Amino acid sequence: MENLEAVLKKHKLSKEEYANILTILGREPNMLEIGIFSAMWSEHCSYKSSKKYLNGFPTKAPWVIQGPGENAGVIDVGDGMAAVFKMESHNHPSFIEPYQGAATGVGGILRDVFTMGARPVANMNSLRFGNVTNNDDTSRHQRFLVRGVVAGIGGYGNCMGVPTIGGETFFDESYNGNILVNAFTLGLAKSDEIFYGRAEGIGNPVVYVGSKTGRDGLGGAVMASDSFTEANKSLRPTVQVGDPFAEKLLLEACLELFKTDYIVGIQDMGAAGLTSSSFEMAGRSGSGMIMHLDKVPAREEGMQPFEFMLSESQERMLICAKKGYEDKVVEIFRKWDLNAEIIGEVTATGNMELFWHGERVANMPVQPVSEQAPIYDRPVKEPAYLASIQNTTINDFAKIENQKAFDALLNSVEVSDKTWIFNQYDSTVQTNTIKAPGSLDASVIRIKENGKALSMSSDCNPRYNYIDPKMGAAAAVAESGRNVAMSGARPLAITDCLNYGNPENPEVMWQFAQGCYGIKEACAKLNTPVVSGNVSLYNETNGVGVFPTPAIVMVGLNDDANKTLPSSFQKEGASIYLIGETKSDFGGSLYMKELYGKVEGTLAELDYDKELKLWELVIEANKKGFLNAAKDVNVGGIAIALAKMVAKSKKGVTCKLTCNDARDIFAESFSRALVEVSDEAGFEAMAKTIGLNVVKIGTVGGNMFTCNDVSKSVEAICERYFNRFAEVIEQDI
Amino acid sequence: MLVAVAVFPGTNCEIDTKYAFEKLGQEVVLVFHKEEKLPEGTDLVVLPGGFSYGDYLRSAAIAKFSPIMKAVIAFAQQGGKVLGICNGFQMLVEARLLPGAMKRNENVHFISQFHHLKVVHNDNTFLRRCSVGEVLNIPIAHGEGSFYIDPEGLKELYAKHQVLLTYCDEKGTPQNPNGSIDAIAGICNEAKNVFGLMPHPERAIEAILGSDDGVKMLRGFLD
Repeated sequence: MENLEAVLKKHKLSKEEYANILTILGREPNMLEIGIFSAMWSEHCSYKSSKKYLNGFPTKAPWVIQGPGENAGVIDVGDGMAAVFKMESHNHPSFIEPYQGAATGVGGILRDVFTMGARPVANMNSLRFGNVTNNDDTSRHQRFLVRGVVAGIGGYGNCMGVPTIGGETFFDESYNGNILVNAFTLGLAKSDEIFYGRAEGIGNPVVYVGSKTGRDGLGGAVMASDSFTEANKSLRPTVQVGDPFAEKLLLEACLELFKTDYIVGIQDMGAAGLTSSSFEMAGRSGSGMIMHLDKVPAREEGMQPFEFMLSESQERMLICAKKGYEDKVVEIFRKWDLNAEIIGEVTATGNMELFWHGERVANMPVQPVSEQAPIYDRPVKEPAYLASIQNTTINDFAKIENQKAFDALLNSVEVSDKTWIFNQYDSTVQTNTIKAPGSLDASVIRIKENGKALSMSSDCNPRYNYIDPKMGAAAAVAESGRNVAMSGARPLAITDCLNYGNPENPEVMWQFAQGCYGIKEACAKLNTPVVSGNVSLYNETNGVGVFPTPAIVMVGLNDDANKTLPSSFQKEGASIYLIGETKSDFGGSLYMKELYGKVEGTLAELDYDKELKLWELVIEANKKGFLNAAKDVNVGGIAIALAKMVAKSKKGVTCKLTCNDARDIFAESFSRALVEVSDEAGFEAMAKTIGLNVVKIGTVGGNMFTCNDVSKSVEAICERYFNRFAEVIEQDI
Repeated sequence: MLVAVAVFPGTNCEIDTKYAFEKLGQEVVLVFHKEEKLPEGTDLVVLPGGFSYGDYLRSAAIAKFSPIMKAVIAFAQQGGKVLGICNGFQMLVEARLLPGAMKRNENVHFISQFHHLKVVHNDNTFLRRCSVGEVLNIPIAHGEGSFYIDPEGLKELYAKHQVLLTYCDEKGTPQNPNGSIDAIAGICNEAKNVFGLMPHPERAIEAILGSDDGVKMLRGFLD
């Protein structure tokens, strides 16, 4: 091949990978084949840097129906119903074009879920932006990104009629050059009617359905597998354009199709489009496939084979139909005014053969491409920065009065209510939402079919992951589980979205490896397997990587939707208890960040046994009716957790805590919760039996918030809590 | 009672609407937009919420060309009861079964939240079980819900008791989320058989969802 070096560089293939390609094919590849290898072996599609560490994740439990490896994970939620869920990143596109990047992120994850036969019933999102508060170009641009991403998520999810029921947002300078947009969808299906991404049965037709293929998103997967520099801000044409209306039609047509017995398998065309869907479907079953690319519906004339194979046009699916039923499949999609064309068939050759007007333009063995992508063992090295931050404690800084500290933390955009964001998301469609966005901790929907409730929470504290990548990741699993338990639901399984910097940097690779060890450990100890997930690397601009951000969504089940526990105060005069122990844990705390501008220190070890007991106590006490409300304690400590409960309920509270250090009301010790108790004797007895320390710290009521030496009127707290975010984000308009 | 719920491409509240009326013990049929006739014996037609045809042109601007709309218009002209919710309200306005027009929300954002509504007139089928001045709590979820009508038209709406609901706070004080003229949330036609509102009563039918105030609204259509 001429200019081999330039060709390989453009396709981000190494010389070793090219040698491997020559061995697989037994000859030189043509340009179409190079393009296919490049996409399939991109970091985004092949997980080549991360696979080593993802292997060995706990993925099994009696309630797990489908673990990682399919389009989404599936768990049993009782009475013949299954929950299908996954989270996925759309970081790079959202930074380049926030509205479309975020919108197509939502579209992609919705397809991953409904391709499995499930109707999507809940969306969530986990967002990280840079600094939004300053009066400079960086913050102004970040505010523009926030507005665009939020509008994009709403624009797509609202049109689809899927409620967005919660999520999380976080702001830190480390995301100034790389925002993170992680979208989560959960769907419901009958557990014996799950569809898989498989193409098998010689002679079975391959059907293309959905929107036409255009030139948008060409090479998107390869783009997402690189770092940002000033130069590639011009990559806008690699971002796809979403059409939620087409996707809504596709959803309804697919759900109609799933009621029939016409198909063998189905998969959405996500990253690397027709390439990944066809190779993965054939690869999973060891089949071969023929496809006639000239039969693919095209948006414009003059498109070439490689464009059909590598376009990331949205709202498309590939189906393997049962022979003889292809016309019926086509009929369903035509009814919904969608394209549907038979473009090929399953073969016994084990090869992917691509034809263009009758001429064979590519012939490649499927399995080596789809299942045997290279696995890297990249060098790892403990980051140098860790040694310089580990000795920092809260005593290294000048003391600040608690009242002043409280006012500063309450004013942090990390703490403030995000109504400005979630009011742009339809959260009530489908009439299942019990705990809507903004109601603190987990979000909850009921399952109409069986009277149970699904509880889910998205969590990750990037500061913790920066100062201790292993314990930080474990803490994300524990926090998401704790939030789910606070609603009275039992945590069952997680999906994750692992966002890290450049894997070619040994220090970043070390962070990633440690993050995986943390998730493995926490999921094993807490008995909440990983059922699906996604890795996003190269979140780096001009050599600066993001904080390690393993976003976790925990999904749990409450056997009785009517027993969903709220997270804000319910009854004047009721007692507040603190569960768990408070120490001077300020490593990576909001307190240190907001007041001293530092992300330093160390994390305490998570005590998994105590964490599980905490979940047990809240879940069982709620079943017995001992509790009115429960909320976990995290950033900003007890003082901020109480303040949020006050703001949400517009009820005052008076609390008195015994602390070794007066500042401990802001400490972020793990495995703690605040509960409003209706039956004190019953609750205390149960805590004793389970073996947890609980202490009564105060009473709900009045129009003041008082916590030790901090006090503020309920009205003043509400004013800050509810107005702060809009004030920041709308300052330019 | 037989309720026909029309389904356009992009409609996304048909299942919720069906669920709500079935919960009230009624028979509900979903009618695809390509149908040219309503089911025999239809007592009420509901045009549900959603994004018909993606709302890419102007909300609900295309739906009026769907085959089923001819039947709906004929049904309404013969005195049949029609309820348009959210995108359905926009369709009724676009089809000229209701007066006025719909604009983008004043703050240009999509707005999704529970909102209080005040009953203005109850001398009609829809709100007959509510009292005048009563405050209801019902979710809204729309991007183009700012109702507009010219001053003459507005005067006429009031004179003929066609203003059904206005947005307010929990105490009934006017509060306007989207910039609608006079904070109007719902209206009916002069003959009082065609009703349109932006809020979603079908989403407020059980206390577990935050409110069941929608029940007494929908029950207005029941015998």
